[in-house]
Amino acid sequence: MKQFFVFIKKEFYHIFRDKRTMFILLGMPIVQIIIFGFALTNEVKNAKIGVLDFAKDAASTSLITEIQASRYFDIAQTLSSQKEIEPVFQKGNVKLVIVLPANFNAELTHLHTAKIQIIADATDPNIANQLTNYASAIIRDYQQRITENQQLPYTIQTQVRMLYNPQMKGAYNFVPGVMAMVLLLVCTMMTAITIVREKELGTMEILLVSPARPFRIIVAKAIPYLLLSTINIASILLLSVFVLGVPINGSIWLLLGVSMLFILVSLSLGLLISASADTQQTAMFIALVALFLPTVMLSGFMFPVANMPVVLRVLSNVVPAKWYYNIVNAVMIKGLGVQAIWKELLILSGMLIFFLGLAIQKFKIRLA
Amino acid sequence: MAAVSVENIIMSYGKKKQKINALSDISFSVAAGELFGIIGPDGAGKTSLFRILTTLLLADSGQASVNGFDVVKDMKQIRKRIGYMPGRFSLYQDLTVEENLHFFATIFQTSFSENYNLIKDIYVQIEPFKNRRAGQLSGGMKQKLALCCALIHRPEVLFLDEPTTGVDAVSRKEFWDMLQGLKKQGISILVSTPYMDEANICDRVALLQKGKILSIDSPAGVIAHFKNPLVAVKAKQMLALLEKIKTLDFVQDAYPFGEFHHVVLQNEKAVPSLEQELEAADLGHITMHKVQANIEDCFIQLMKN
Repeated sequence: MKQFFVFIKKEFYHIFRDKRTMFILLGMPIVQIIIFGFALTNEVKNAKIGVLDFAKDAASTSLITEIQASRYFDIAQTLSSQKEIEPVFQKGNVKLVIVLPANFNAELTHLHTAKIQIIADATDPNIANQLTNYASAIIRDYQQRITENQQLPYTIQTQVRMLYNPQMKGAYNFVPGVMAMVLLLVCTMMTAITIVREKELGTMEILLVSPARPFRIIVAKAIPYLLLSTINIASILLLSVFVLGVPINGSIWLLLGVSMLFILVSLSLGLLISASADTQQTAMFIALVALFLPTVMLSGFMFPVANMPVVLRVLSNVVPAKWYYNIVNAVMIKGLGVQAIWKELLILSGMLIFFLGLAIQKFKIRLA
Repeated sequence: MAAVSVENIIMSYGKKKQKINALSDISFSVAAGELFGIIGPDGAGKTSLFRILTTLLLADSGQASVNGFDVVKDMKQIRKRIGYMPGRFSLYQDLTVEENLHFFATIFQTSFSENYNLIKDIYVQIEPFKNRRAGQLSGGMKQKLALCCALIHRPEVLFLDEPTTGVDAVSRKEFWDMLQGLKKQGISILVSTPYMDEANICDRVALLQKGKILSIDSPAGVIAHFKNPLVAVKAKQMLALLEKIKTLDFVQDAYPFGEFHHVVLQNEKAVPSLEQELEAADLGHITMHKVQANIEDCFIQLMKN
């Protein structure tokens, strides 16, 4: 037991004496949360648009005022002819142009129908889609208001309720994703690298030629990373609750428990990588290509898995982060209990046993 | 019981096509309490041999044991009883001298104070730097620290793989004095080195070349095998001198040796003949004298046969 503790102590010396490692371990999660929370967001706010108003009457002016007043749009250009539309798109000044025809008010009041053209820059289809939806919604609102006092023969009113995330905040989606990513990086990559570093520096040679049981050496190396990961989870959760305003709706103990399980899966993956890599570069490369990319791509955090081709959907099932991401979503955001995530828990436990078993089996008690 | 016994060890690297024989059919044994040297140039197979004996590598065939324990079957027993210092400095560079020592002491289930008297003589030399990180020590200091770490658990057999490579002459001398001291404590030592001059300090040496043992004997015994007369010659034009010597038919071998050329002659009668030939050649300020062969001369002779 004393051996075990002295080993853990030594591992902490390594971590605390290398500033870069320290930063990656403890700074990265915070930086990631902040970057994802404030800089990288796919919500559209204050998009610059252009308006080409041929009518300049009461109806068109009040509609334009309403568009300007919404938090989605910011009228950057007022155009005066059709010819100007193309150049402003080409310059990239605006993402959307709204064209109001001449006699807008007259047509609306006398013919009871008027047309508005919305032209969008669809280089990024998602943004174009969102912007046209917002613009259409504002126009629909405007129309409803002017027909308020009239009795229409048939009307269907849709009532939309956004469950779990009423404000449609992006943070609700990426906090679970960042948790999965950080734990995977810290546990898998850093653990694999520190073990491989001992091989590279030759200290593994001495450790092997000692009475210390090889597997105990490896487990002792993993423990500091387990502790640091727990700190990381705590800091991510604190940041997301108090800075980003994402609530923990479910049981915090359940959330911490499943995070522990995921940490163990990641650690055993790290051990597995360290058994097959001989240099730190190889270990890093394997960790990035075989784990980090699939985590970002296939966990459902960046791109919805349900929309992927069958092959990728099947492949996503072997990515541990996908299951963890689902669990965190269910527990943290939807506030569900164990009965909702037992399947994911079973799968992660199975993965833990499998990877750990493979790592133990592959661990070399000799040099070659 | 022999401290180390090696029988018909064969070891090769690489796949079938580019197979390199690191060790081909090696056999020797080291008696308990002996200081045994493995002398050979880089690539002779010294490190492979050490790794087989320290249970780090498996030989292709053959048997080896350390203090009676088989290197394959009794791996755990051996790992408790040996001290190993790899050729490359293999301690934690970001840990201080003291932290390294305490760490390895604990790993070997002992404590720093328990075996302090064994390493005392060596440790006092690095003690002034005990709070310095191992990575910032000089080459000689690093080797002393590594030796302390290898000794901390009072091993029965000590394996030192090229401990003096890259260490200055004074530190090398000190290091070998330390080994003599350890020998007196009853520790069997197997040490490898590419430096021929260090062979004389060993009780017995094995000359290793391209995975084969050329000779195993005491340093005196190795030298006694050298029967031919050996002459050291020097002149102003050293290169021309060597070329001239090589044309003579009573010369068996000639090679540069420090500031002299060593000339191996076929028999005693050739000594005056060489003298005559060189005086006639006019190469300027020729000096020559008979010398006693040393280990290096023996090694060169063995290599060429």
